[in-house]
Amino acid sequence: MAEKTVINRRDFLKVVSTTGAGLIIGFHLPFKNKLRAATLQAAIQFKPNAWITVHPDNMVTIAVAESEMGQGVWTSLPMIIAEEMELDWSKIQVIQAPVDKDRFGKQGTGGSASVRSSWEKLRKAGAVAKEMLLTAAAREWSVPRGDCYGENGFILNRTSGKKLSYGDLAEKAAILDIPKNVSLKKAADFNIIGKDIPRTDTPLKVNGTAQFAMDVDLPNIVYAFIIRCPIFGGKLKTVNDAKAKQINGVLEIFEVENGIAVVGSSTWAAIQGRKALNITWDKGPNADLDSKSIAKYFKKRGSKRGAVGRNDGNAKKALKKTKKTVEAVYEVPFQAHATMEPMNCVVDVQPNRCRIWAPTQFPHSAQKQAAEITGLPMDKIEIHVTFLGGGFGRRAFNDFINDGLEVSKHMGRPVKLIWTREDDMRHDYYRPASRHILNGGLSETGETIAWTHKVVAPSILFGQMFKYPIPFKDKLDVVALAGAKELAYEIPNIRVEYKSANTNVPVGWWRSVYDSQNAYANECFMDELAFEAGKDPVQYRLKLLVNSPRSAAVLKMAAREAGWGSPMPNGRSKGVSCHGSFGSYVAQVAEVSVKANGKIKVHSVVCAVDCGQVVNPSIVKAQMESSIVYGLSATLKGEITIEKGRVVQSNFHEFEVLRMDEMPEIDVHIVKSTEAPGGVGEPGLPPIAPAVANAVFALTGKRIRKLPIKEGDLRS
Amino acid sequence: MPKFLVHINGEKKQVETAGSTPLLWVLRDELKLTGTKYGCGRGFCGACTVHLDGEETRSCITAIEDAQDSEITTIEGLSQNSDHPVQKAWIAEDVPQCGYCQSGQIMTAAAFLTRNSHPDREDINIAMKMNICRCGTYSRIRKAIIRAAEEINHG
Repeated sequence: MAEKTVINRRDFLKVVSTTGAGLIIGFHLPFKNKLRAATLQAAIQFKPNAWITVHPDNMVTIAVAESEMGQGVWTSLPMIIAEEMELDWSKIQVIQAPVDKDRFGKQGTGGSASVRSSWEKLRKAGAVAKEMLLTAAAREWSVPRGDCYGENGFILNRTSGKKLSYGDLAEKAAILDIPKNVSLKKAADFNIIGKDIPRTDTPLKVNGTAQFAMDVDLPNIVYAFIIRCPIFGGKLKTVNDAKAKQINGVLEIFEVENGIAVVGSSTWAAIQGRKALNITWDKGPNADLDSKSIAKYFKKRGSKRGAVGRNDGNAKKALKKTKKTVEAVYEVPFQAHATMEPMNCVVDVQPNRCRIWAPTQFPHSAQKQAAEITGLPMDKIEIHVTFLGGGFGRRAFNDFINDGLEVSKHMGRPVKLIWTREDDMRHDYYRPASRHILNGGLSETGETIAWTHKVVAPSILFGQMFKYPIPFKDKLDVVALAGAKELAYEIPNIRVEYKSANTNVPVGWWRSVYDSQNAYANECFMDELAFEAGKDPVQYRLKLLVNSPRSAAVLKMAAREAGWGSPMPNGRSKGVSCHGSFGSYVAQVAEVSVKANGKIKVHSVVCAVDCGQVVNPSIVKAQMESSIVYGLSATLKGEITIEKGRVVQSNFHEFEVLRMDEMPEIDVHIVKSTEAPGGVGEPGLPPIAPAVANAVFALTGKRIRKLPIKEGDLRS
Repeated sequence: MPKFLVHINGEKKQVETAGSTPLLWVLRDELKLTGTKYGCGRGFCGACTVHLDGEETRSCITAIEDAQDSEITTIEGLSQNSDHPVQKAWIAEDVPQCGYCQSGQIMTAAAFLTRNSHPDREDINIAMKMNICRCGTYSRIRKAIIRAAEEINHG
């Protein structure tokens, strides 16, 4: 952002406030006669403080206040504005909004919420802008407002056929009162929403010009790493930096809150410096922690009564009375996010201001952290949200920005703070490991009449990793029951419990969060019940989905598109699953084969999704594919294990992820709907693990009750 | 510090750095060619892929002293106007999501297609499996490679 400049009086900015939404629309007035680009530029840079800026040359700048991490907000959110405002899509320029609570509220991106939370307010923003342009045009022509309409960046007069561009009207529109009520378009009249508009960030991402934080260069910049204790809860004991200091380009080595900072005049110098350090750690209280002891602890916790999250009928009593019961225990490991771009930021702390370039999902909290660390007021903290090289929930945590702040403050100059892949993998906020104990009771005719599910897992909300932890009591963490509590199946007796099991391994939001573990348990268990009842898994589910029409519809759609029930080639089988989360409903059918050595191949996944009103089908499909791939990695490939208080895996050779040769054919089908939009970044993930596990059972008769599936589990 | 004359994107540039410095950091820190990305530092993920004499190479594990005699091409030098057939195909298929791995994916695909312009599914698997994409854009990458091959063969 540029320094404040004196605004030209004609350079008028209209600030509009509507209830709650904090809506601001800026019309930068056209300069009469010849425009001087430089002056215009200064004005634009002075206050890019609105979602919408109409320029005299008819270009419209749309600021996106959410973080672009691949999910497509740089395209889907502007599409919503463009629809209501009747913009010419080819004349739109998208920019990342500044971080400013007064203008955009507390900026944060997560929970598959961007389109859902923006839908109303961005439609109104576009509609208000169009309404003012209509009024301006009507006055210009001295015709009734009703004679005018907006189309493709112009206001047209339907009687005279005259037209004026939005750029021509900007000055006159800017001085009008803000309409209190605007009407929104009917879904049937949408001509941008619902179309496969290409992503606005694609051109930047095919030629190396897309700017990620690590790409930011500043005069006088230095490069830094922080070495953390590999053992959770451990601390620095001693460090010998004599050798490191001799390395050409190593500038400084000093202790910071979370370890030791090594600063170099180049990235490589700093890397060499950190390698040359001789550090001994105080191992702290978790030195003996390992995955085995955690599993044992989970088992013990699971044997105790949990906090009740849902209690329909009397499941325990019903189970006792039932002749046919099924019990199963499912285990899910810790997972790393492993975003392609490791944690990093560029920070410049100066006495009077602080600038931060960071790939963060929660810039508002980063701004608060920065104010705390630097002692500067919030308005002196300038945050530039760059493109995020993947988010998946990891970048909801701004620990890496604290690193940059501390080092830059110490150095008094700009710092590029980078985590190596190893730092990133070993100091994540992991998807919590969990244990799921399920019991089901069947009637004599095979209907499920009782269902209990006890979720044993660390709590993210009440966990130990927050700076000001809520004292952990064995209370109900409803977030940990997401997807378990909301079981869509119509069963008279349901009991869902949560049993806390904290482990001192840092945990956090991982794409689809607890829905990923809970759906795996739910949907595998439903398959077990259907099998026990001797029923087809699709038909069995549909019968129980009588009161969940949207779930039933996607399940039917996926089954139909996958040719469910038709004969399979030898050595192949299909599995199905269905789960709603983040306001959307998804069903998937996976087709698998298993080699003699136990290696699973997922050949295809058919995915049906109902995410309400679709903004951009191409992006919805991409997000379904993306979630399936991310979920398949956690189903078939890597896991995070703990030994001696530390994470075993360090890089992609130990934490394997799905690669091109393992990519199934994915076929996504979208339900046509005018319901309010649902999320799309996460809901495609929870169904994939159970769909694959159920397909493996159909093929081999072996139940997969522990993830990831290992070759040894299935060797014949 | 020793000096190296590097041939990069059709130009000659002199850099002063330790000979062991990986090409990746020379590109990023010294030459400010930041389209090439750091992903793993050990040649596992492919985000740092560039061409050395037309061959895809992991710049994170290639020392500058081993790269100085080669013609180096980075994503910035692949084409003048993002109009290499692979880039055009990437745009047509709207491949990228977060985009962080895509320079590496494009560089690998471009080198691969010069060796094999009629790839089948298995050829693509083998060529591309060393490039990780956590966003899971593999389906579109596959489609884009087939599209690019068609353009290379038929213009």
